[in-house]
Order: sequence, then C-alpha cells, then structure tokens
Amino acid sequence: MRKICSVIAAMIFVASGGIAVAEGPGDPTAVKKEDDGKWLDKEGNPTYKISADGTVDWFTYSGYRRYHSECHVCHGPDGMGSTYAPALKDSVKSMSYGDFLGVVASGRKNISTAQENVMPAFGDNPNVACYMDDLYVYLRARSDEAWGRQRPAKKDEKNEVYTKAEDACMGHK
Amino acid sequence: MRKVLLATFLGSAAALAVGGASANDELNKMAQNPKDWVMPTGDYANTRYSKLNQINAQNVGKLQVAWTFSTGVLRGHEGGPLIIGNMMYVHTPFPNKVYAIDLSNENKIVWKYEPKQDPNVIPVMCCDTVNRGLSFGDGKIFLHQADTTLVALDAKTGQVAWTAKNGDPSKGETGTSAPMVVKDKVLVGISGGEFGVQAHMTAYDIKTGKVAWRGFSEGPDDQILVDDKTTALGKPVGKDSSLKTWQGDQWKIGGGATWGWISYDPELNLVYYGSGNPSTWNPKQRPGDNKWSMTIWARNPDTGVAKWVYQMTPHDEWDYDGVNEMILSDQSINGQPRKLLTHFDRNGLGYTLDRATGELLVAEKYDPKVNWTSGVDMDKNSPTYGRPKVLDAASTDKAGEDHNVKGICPAALGTKDEQPAAYSPDTQLFYVPTNHVCMDYEPFKVSYTAGQPYVGATLSMYPPAGESHMGNFIAWDGKTGKIVWSNKEQFSVWSGALATAGNVVFYGTLEGYLKAVDAKTGKELYKFKTPSGIIGNVTTYENGGKQYIAVLSGVGGWAGIGLAAGLTDPTAGLGAVGGYAALSNYTALGGTLTVFSLPAN
Repeated sequence: MRKICSVIAAMIFVASGGIAVAEGPGDPTAVKKEDDGKWLDKEGNPTYKISADGTVDWFTYSGYRRYHSECHVCHGPDGMGSTYAPALKDSVKSMSYGDFLGVVASGRKNISTAQENVMPAFGDNPNVACYMDDLYVYLRARSDEAWGRQRPAKKDEKNEVYTKAEDACMGHK
Repeated sequence: MRKVLLATFLGSAAALAVGGASANDELNKMAQNPKDWVMPTGDYANTRYSKLNQINAQNVGKLQVAWTFSTGVLRGHEGGPLIIGNMMYVHTPFPNKVYAIDLSNENKIVWKYEPKQDPNVIPVMCCDTVNRGLSFGDGKIFLHQADTTLVALDAKTGQVAWTAKNGDPSKGETGTSAPMVVKDKVLVGISGGEFGVQAHMTAYDIKTGKVAWRGFSEGPDDQILVDDKTTALGKPVGKDSSLKTWQGDQWKIGGGATWGWISYDPELNLVYYGSGNPSTWNPKQRPGDNKWSMTIWARNPDTGVAKWVYQMTPHDEWDYDGVNEMILSDQSINGQPRKLLTHFDRNGLGYTLDRATGELLVAEKYDPKVNWTSGVDMDKNSPTYGRPKVLDAASTDKAGEDHNVKGICPAALGTKDEQPAAYSPDTQLFYVPTNHVCMDYEPFKVSYTAGQPYVGATLSMYPPAGESHMGNFIAWDGKTGKIVWSNKEQFSVWSGALATAGNVVFYGTLEGYLKAVDAKTGKELYKFKTPSGIIGNVTTYENGGKQYIAVLSGVGGWAGIGLAAGLTDPTAGLGAVGGYAALSNYTALGGTLTVFSLPAN
C-alpha cells in the first residue's frame, strides 16, 4: 500500500513539474444514493456500487458505454491506454474528482520533444459533458479493479430522475 | 559530391523539360522505371508491384539491413518513402516533417521541411496523427499536413512553392491522406468521418494551388458533381440521388471521408477512390441509404464529374468505411479480356468491377468469418441488385438504440483497413493484409457539435470465437473471388504489401517483423524484427545497381488503440492467455526507416 502511494506521488510530481502532492480519490466505498441512482462516497464524490453478483449501478454501466464511444479512440478499450494517450484507469488514481472534471472540460497539453499529447476540451460537447459523472464512476471502478475488462452484463436500470436530467442536458424532447 | 547532386538535378530536369507535356506524362513515364518509386501507391494502377528481381525467392533469405534512419517522431508511421533518382523523400506523422535524403551520398539529409502547425489539431484526428505519404510532380513534393494545408515543396530545395487550405480543423476536418498527382492537378481527400464533416475529393492546379474542382461525397448534384450521364450499376443515378437518401439536411454532417488511396487509368481518363462511413455511427439517427457514403467513385480528373458510382454498404450500421484502395488490373474473365478494378472493402467483401462501366462482376468474402451479410445480390433483374443482404442477427439498426449486438464479423476495423494490398501480374494474384477481428456494437443517440466527436456507438473488439490470431495475410484470385492461400498472423496485418518480379511478396507485422513470403505458396522465406511495430507500406528501389527494400516502422494508427492495450478479451477471468496477449509485450513506440539489401556477392 505504501509503495503504491509513493508511485502515485512520483507520477504527480512528474506530471505537474513538482508542485502538487498526490491527491487520489480516496476510499471508494459507496455510502449514499442520490435520486438519480448515483452513489456517493463519504466525501460526497461519485463512486461505483457493484454487488456481489456482478450487478453494477447505472452510472458504471452508462460510463462504460459513453467511454467506449467518446474516449476509447484515444485512450484505448477499458481505460487501458493506447500508443498515444495515457491509460485513464491509472490516471484517475492520482486525480481528485475536481481535477477530473477540470481536465475533461478544459483539456490539457503535454508537449515535449518526444511526445505531443493533446487532450481537447469537451466542455461544449454534450455527448461528454452530460456524462461526466458516468465516465468518472466507470473509470474509478476500473482504477480500483472493482470492474474488469468487460461489458457489465447486469445493471441497475436507468431511473426517471436520471432520464429527465439526461434529456434536459442533451436537449432531447 | 557536387557531381552527384548535379546528376540528380539533371535527371529530374530532363524529366521536366518535355515541352508542354503534363506532369501526368512525366509521371507515367517515370513510374515505368522500376528503379524509382515515384508515387505513394507505386503506380497509377495501385498495384504496388515492382519489376525488380535481384532479390528473389532463392536469395531473399540472405537479406540484411543496409542502413536505417530515425525520423525523430514517435507516432504511428503509415505510408512509405518516395524514391526519385538518387533522392529519397521520407515523411513523418504530426508534425509532418519531410526529409530529402541523397542515396548516393551516404544518405545525407539534403533538406528538411517542418511546418508550424497548431497542436490543437492533434485530438481532432481520429485514431492517431498518421500521414500516408507524399506525392511528386512538376518538380515538386506535395504534402497534406494534419491541419489540412496542402503544401508544394521544391523537390530540390524544400522551399515552399505554394500552399492551399483543404479544410477546417475546428470543424473536425484533418489531413492524413497522401495526395496524388494526375495530369496538371493534385488530388487530395479529407478525414473527419467521426466528426460529421461533409467530406470531399478536391483537385488543385499543380502550378498555382488553386482549386480546380471539388466533389463532395453527399449533397446536391452540383456539389457531388454528378450529371445525367452518371450511372450506378449501369443505370443513370437520376436527379438528387444523394439528397433523397438522407433525412432533412443531415447530409451536411454526413461524413463519407476520403482519406484512402487514389488510382488512375490514363486511357479511360478516370480516377478512382472510395468514400467512408456516414456520420454518426448510430444508424437509427440517419435513416436512408446515405448516398454516396461507402461508395466507389469513378471521376473524370479534368472536371471532377462522376462517370459511375457503386455504393457497397448502403445505410452503414458498423463503420465499414469504403476508403480502401482500388487496384486496376487487366485480366480475362470467362475468356474475355476485361479492364478490372479490385477493392477489398472494410465490410469483408472483395469486389471486382469493370472499371470502364462500373459493372459488378465479383463480390465475395475474403475472410470466411464475415457474418453480417449472406452476400451481394448478383441478379441483374432483381430490385435489390448489387445490394448486400444484411442478416438480422448482425443488424444494429434492427436491434435499435441502446441494444448491444454481439459477435459481428468483421469489427469496425474492417477485414482490411487502409493498409494497401498488392497485385502481381506474374501470378495474377492479389496479396492482402487483413484483420481477423469481430465486435459487439451498441448504437445510441448523440448530438452534433462542430469540431467534436460525433460517434454514437460503443464497441468492443476481439478475435473470432475459438480463435486466437487477429490477422491473416492472404493471396486472392480477383477473377473468381477465392482465397488461394492464407497465412495466420498473431495480430492484424496493418502494413501495405509489396509484390515483386522476384516471386517474393513483402509485408510488415504489428510486432515489427518485415516478412518475405513466396508469391505462389505463401511460404515464409525471411523475417527481421525492426525497432517498432510496422503500419507502413513496403517499398522497393534500385540504387547503384543494387535492389533495396524499405519500410517505416513506428506502431500506432487505429491498430495502436486497441491492440496496444490488448483487445477486449471476452473470456477474461476464464484464464485465457496467449493469443490475446497485448501488443505492448512485443514492441514499443518508434519511428525508423529500415532499408534492406543482399550482401555483396
């Protein structure tokens, strides 16, 4: 455990030029369920809830689906990374929920002589922006290996509160 | 030194000094010289066949590395170099450097070009920052930059002669394709099928860079450049042939990207290329046939007007882009000599058509695992003549939004992607690098935002049930539509093939091997592991009396997405290992040109 923490700290150190300290998402245990079916951890951040029989909460499932439409062409299947973009299942280990939202909304650039990695800003793209929590929850489950490299077979159904919020965000009637 | 350089320039000057002859005459002549490789496709027919035979089936086992060159870029390296006289021109992925190398002077860099481009174009490029190569004509080297700038460089000095802007990256339009010089024009396509672009093929004046014509893949007749003589399967397409097949003005974001290779028949005066998938990947959201996405186009290079079209996958439900190359050959079918066009589509069907008329002659599966269709209706009197019969079990449209359709073969990567096949007139066989991958596909509703991905489907990809290899390298008879031999490869074969008069066929693998096989039997004769996985195309040339084989290695492209991480393993947790092992266990990023030759004596 201590070893893992120091690895994460080293990664952050490299990524941010040595100013920040490691701030992972913390304990993922789900303690509270919102009306839209989203589970929160004790800090109030979105998290996953996976039952012993493999049933995943709606957000984990929705995040799986949106990830493999919007993110996987760069970040690879199942958050595993590609030859030109990092493995998000590892990236979220060293990011807070707030950091995650910021990077997805505003993008980031990491340009050196050897690599030119550019993440676009998705804040204006409803296909991503409306599903930030879904993506975060799915990747958090991947980062903890709470969910593996497969499509969730059993899931909680989408509820009405979620559907209403989704339609409003996506501009559907 | 000075003498050598002078000789080069005299060589190209002589080629240019043919009075009023167009660049086409010059290029046509130069392409006959097997010592050079003057077009990205080898020749106008896109055969990727060389008459050179110094390296042959008997001696290829002795091949050695003659020299190597690092491009200084670590992204996916598609395409291959041009060789003109003693000069070699090497391109790279973003930032799209071009090196001019003197093969007669210790491979010295004579000039280098590196454009300044806004790095914000990088994430707009679906599937890595690849570039498929350069073209030559009229004493210039043509490069289609990632930011869609088409630039003409003086072949001697690297000085910019002119630039033209082919698209707008802020709308998702990017440049990845190799331009093609035809007559006094430079033809170039555009990428952005995953961003809802209205894609086009555009011809630029070779002297000035001014637009001569632009033919869109979908839209009104005056935009897609069809007239009352344009036919599909022998019948006139009629008025508004594209508009009628889209709901409302969806054609404006209809995709149909044109980033594949271009071929040309000087006698028929027709250029051929394919258009890609309609946007979005969710078929429910765009009812209709979505013409003319997924189409083989035959256009007049002077005017751009289409002589004939053939849509292979009407109303695409799987992202089976139709951009792959059109290989032109003259062969006899049923004892009759025919001018043929052969095309290995992403949808898993190998098509042979009459390239003068667009008549469909053969459409057969070139991977037996293809399962989305039972085949193409070949009955000329049938109302569905020329259409593939879609099987319900594989129809993502029938299943509808939010339903996951499992076990569709091929995957969206296609049975073959852009990696070009080769054709040998000696064996009358096509040599085809293929993918052997299936998928689950679940479409869902998405909304369009300019410059943002417009995908609308979730995919997972894996080898066909019960198999562990994800690629094959096959020999194909285009006259009958049959596989003659097939070699298994652990990963998709994502490298363009080369056929030679030495009875040897070359290709690269994602692990990084350059392989040589017997053209008649497929027997492996040689392999060498280059510094990185190969998604480039194999090239040959002669310099100083010696034949060389050259290939770019540098893993990436769409192959670098899934395969670098290892494709989704549907039996994960059941202990399956081995064949599904990740590509990252075999190779890492790179950017190297490796050149081979036989040892002295």
